[in-house]
Amino acid sequence: MVEQVAQMVVHGEAWTLKDLFVLPNEYVYWSIQIVMYPYMTGLVAGAFVLSSLYHVFGVEKLKEIARYALVFSFALLPVAMMPLLLHLMQPLRGINVLMTPHFTSAISAFGIVFMTYACIVAAEIWFVYREFIVSSVNRLSAKSDRSLYESLLLLIYRLISLGAMDVSRDALEADHKAVKFLAGLGIPVACFLHGYAGFIFGSVKANALWMTPLMPVIFICSAIVSGIALCIISYYIFMEMRKWAARRGKSFLLPDALAHGSAAVDYEHLRSVQDHEVRMTSKYLLIFMTLAITLELLDMIFRGYTAVKSWDALRQVIYEHDFVKIFIMQYAIGNVLPFVMLLIPGVTVRRAALASILVLFGVLMMRWNVVIGGQAFSLTFNGFMHYHLPIIPHDIETFKEGLGGALTVIVTPFVIFYFLNMIFPAFMESKDSH
Amino acid sequence: MKRRDFLKNAAVFVSGASVSLGALELLDPRQLLAANPELRWGFLVNTHNCVGCGFCVKACKVENDIPLEANVTRTWVERYVITKDGDVVMDTPKGALNGFTSKLIDQNQSGMKQVDDEEIAQAFFVPKLCNHCDTPACVQVCPVGATYQTKDGTVLVDRKWCIGCGYCIMGCPYGVRFFHPVEHVADKCTFCYHRISNGGNTACAQACPFGARQIGNLRDPNDPVAKAVMNQRVGVLRDEYGTKPQVFYIGLNKEVR
Repeated sequence: MVEQVAQMVVHGEAWTLKDLFVLPNEYVYWSIQIVMYPYMTGLVAGAFVLSSLYHVFGVEKLKEIARYALVFSFALLPVAMMPLLLHLMQPLRGINVLMTPHFTSAISAFGIVFMTYACIVAAEIWFVYREFIVSSVNRLSAKSDRSLYESLLLLIYRLISLGAMDVSRDALEADHKAVKFLAGLGIPVACFLHGYAGFIFGSVKANALWMTPLMPVIFICSAIVSGIALCIISYYIFMEMRKWAARRGKSFLLPDALAHGSAAVDYEHLRSVQDHEVRMTSKYLLIFMTLAITLELLDMIFRGYTAVKSWDALRQVIYEHDFVKIFIMQYAIGNVLPFVMLLIPGVTVRRAALASILVLFGVLMMRWNVVIGGQAFSLTFNGFMHYHLPIIPHDIETFKEGLGGALTVIVTPFVIFYFLNMIFPAFMESKDSH
Repeated sequence: MKRRDFLKNAAVFVSGASVSLGALELLDPRQLLAANPELRWGFLVNTHNCVGCGFCVKACKVENDIPLEANVTRTWVERYVITKDGDVVMDTPKGALNGFTSKLIDQNQSGMKQVDDEEIAQAFFVPKLCNHCDTPACVQVCPVGATYQTKDGTVLVDRKWCIGCGYCIMGCPYGVRFFHPVEHVADKCTFCYHRISNGGNTACAQACPFGARQIGNLRDPNDPVAKAVMNQRVGVLRDEYGTKPQVFYIGLNKEVR
C-alpha cells in the first residue's frame, strides 16, 4: 500500500507553512473564505444599520443613502452565505445544517438567523417600494407597445406586488409604519446575525486568540463600520458613474433609467445629493469607528496585561510575525489614517470616499488577522503556521480557497445589485417622506 | 370558550401531553440497543515504555485507511528533548510514521536541530491520539450532529452526514482531527471502534511491541487500564479546557503540551 499512494496533499497543506513544533494534523483549515464570511455578513449588517438610522431614528439627512443602503444590503445578503458554501468540503451537504441543526453548535443557528434576517430585509424593501411597484404596474400595463423587456418587467412587478394594489393614503400610511417596525426589528436581528458570527469564533475555547466574550461585540462594531464605509464608497462610485452617464446619455450605466425610461437624472442635482449624503454618512462612520477601535485595543491590552499561558505565543504572533498586518495595515492604514482624514474639518466627498476605502481595507485586515492570525500558532504554543494565499489556482480547491474565490465573493454583490437596481431603483428620490 | 377555560384546558393538555411524551422517551431505541452503563472505553499510555518506533502510527493508518503518505494521522508520537539549560525541543516528523531514526530534531521551516548528547538532561516519547473526552468540544460545535458520542464514551464521525465545515477541527484542543484526504470529511481516532466492539484490540495497542498503549473498560474494576488509572499516578492532557479527556498517561512531564 505504501508504494501505491503517491504524495497526497491534504486539505490545508497547499497554503500552510509550518515552523518549529506543530502537531501533524494542524493546518490553516479556515482560510480566505472564512475571512470573507464575517467580512460579508458585516457589510450586510452594517449597510442595514445605516439604512435603519433613517427609517427608525428619522435621521433625515441620510434619507437618500438609506434607500440605497437597504437595496444594497439585500444584494449583499446571498453573498454572505457564499463563502461558507465555497469553504465546505461537502458543499452539497450544506443543507444538512437546516435539516438536522445541532443546537449546541453556534453554526447551527446560521440558517435560522439568516432566513429571519432575509425575510425582514425583503419585507422592508417591499413596503418601501410598494407604492413604486404599483405605479410601475399601472404605468407599464397602460403602455400599448411594450417591448419584451418591459413585458418581463411588468410580469415581475405584478408578481412581487402580491396583488396589493391599494395606494390610498391610509394604505401608504400603513406601509410607512410597517417599514419603521421592520427596520427597528431588523437592527437587533442584523446585530445578532453578525454578533453571532463573532460568537462562532469567540466560543472556540481551543483557540487562545479567538476565545473572548468581547469577540461578538467587536465584530458588530467593525461590521457597522465596514458596512457604512462600503455604502459611502459604493454610493460615491455609483453616483460618479451616474453623473458620468447622465452627462453622456449612457443609459446602460443607469439600469433604473434603462428599466423605467424616466431618465430624470440631472447632473447638477446628482452632485449635490452625493455631496450631502456622503458627508453626513461619514460622520456616523466616525462614531462607530471610535467604538470599534476602543474595543479592539481593550482586547489587546487585556491580553497583554493578564498574560496567561498562551500570551507568549500570541505575543510572538502579534508583535513579530503579524506586526505589519496588525499594526501597519490594520491599525495605521485602516484605522488611524482614515480617522484623521475624517476628523480634519471640511470633509470633501473625495476625501470621505478615500477614507472609506481605507476603512474597508482596515476591516478586511482585521478579519484576516483574527481568522488567519488565530491559526498562526500551534495548539502546543511551540510552533507557528504561516498562511500563503493561493493566487494562481492549480485545482478547484486552491481556486475556491484562494484569490479567485475571494474575488468571486467580492464581485457577486455588485452583479446582483445591478439587476436588483432595475427592479428596485435604489437611487430613486421620492417627494414624500419615503 | 372563555379565556379562563381555554387556559385551563391548555394547561391540562400540555401537562398531560408531557407526561405521555415522557413515557415515550423510555422507549428510545438507542437506549434499548446500546445502553450499557457497565462500559466506558478509556486508554492508558505508559510513556516510559514508548521507544518511538512508530509501529502504532503505521498500524493505525493501515487499519483505518488513512493514506500512508498523507500528512495527517489519527495517532502520532512526539519526541521531547530537554536540555540541561531547560530548553525543550520537540518534533514529530510525519507523525513518527517511520519512527525516530535520527538524532536530528525536525523544526519544520527552521530546519533540523542537533542537540549534543552531553547537553541532554532527558528525552522521551509521548504517543498521542483522540482523548475521547467526556465532554467533547468537537461534539458540541458540530452544526449538524455528524460527530457524536456513543453510550460507551467513544466519539465518532458520521462520514455520510459531515458537511466538512472544519468547526470540530478548530474546536478540538488536542489537534487530533483533520480532513480525510479521500473522504473529504472530518476524521479522527475511533479507538478502532469496529475492533473493540467485537472483542478486539485497537490496532495501535496491538502493534506496540512494548505495551505502551492499552485500551480498557474504565468501569470494570478488574480491567488493567481501570486499575492503573485508579492506583497509579496518571495525568491527562490539557485538562484546563474542561473536556475531561479519557486517555491517561503514566509519566507525563509538565513539558508535554
